[in-house]
Amino acid sequence: MILAGIEPKAEMVHWWFATGFLILGLLLLSEALVGPEVWGRRPWRRYLWPGFLFGMGVLMFPVMTFFTNSAIHMLAHGAWAQVMMFAGAAELGVVRGKLHSQYWRLASALGLAVSGTALLVHEQNHWLFARAAFLHHALGWTVIVCALFPLVQAFRPRSLTAALGFATTFVIVAVLLFCDRDAAPIFGHFSFYAGVPHR
Amino acid sequence: MSADIAHTLRRRTDSRDAPARSLELRARIVLALGPATAIAGIAWALFQPWRLTLLHPVGQGFWWLLAEPPLYVVLVGVLFRLVLAPGIVADLRASGGEGEP
Repeated sequence: MILAGIEPKAEMVHWWFATGFLILGLLLLSEALVGPEVWGRRPWRRYLWPGFLFGMGVLMFPVMTFFTNSAIHMLAHGAWAQVMMFAGAAELGVVRGKLHSQYWRLASALGLAVSGTALLVHEQNHWLFARAAFLHHALGWTVIVCALFPLVQAFRPRSLTAALGFATTFVIVAVLLFCDRDAAPIFGHFSFYAGVPHR
Repeated sequence: MSADIAHTLRRRTDSRDAPARSLELRARIVLALGPATAIAGIAWALFQPWRLTLLHPVGQGFWWLLAEPPLYVVLVGVLFRLVLAPGIVADLRASGGEGEP
């Protein structure tokens, strides 16, 4: 296939998204530290992280299109694209003033829960098959557990713990994605079927 | 001055300074986020120099030369510190702690 020869490796796409999640994490950490009032003093800043999340959801569609290793991969990436766009759009609606309910933060909780489930469902191998498999399992469970933070925020919007937890979730996701390699061992384990490790 | 009065005055001053101290601490943390991220990226590059293909570019393809994860981390930290953090801290200090989380 011509595209397979010119498209980047899956691990590189993971690192690019890791960079995006790191930016999201820093933005959310700052907002949690200074509070929404100070954060919103410059109107453009309010749109920063929701817009970024929405954009990352849009960029997930090319990933879904070009990295179709299997049907379950395509469905998982499609689900991520949609829930990231939905969560980003809901937050954009709230900061714009078009949406008023604090419960729109549940969109982010839904996004994390769906993302975590998709990560676990589309990883067919066991934890110690290879590093990529380990990271998919670790990411899936981390994201599912961390969906509690936006869930708490929906009911207690001023909770500093929940805001910091939500922000830290994205930093952890970034670190785990940066650790990803297409074919590499994990804690000394590497399946014979996982391919040939490089570099 | 009586020790009793001095202690009362000290307590009043301390309680009046507490929000200012909290505000300053938060400002410093926001200012430190970028440098901390950049330092993490530099440490990663030193720990795993083979992740930077720019250090040994011969024979590397376009994507491998573009994919430099430790540099991405450094870049995010530097840009956050230079572009976003000063404005956030200026607004925080101007607010005087109003709307504290």
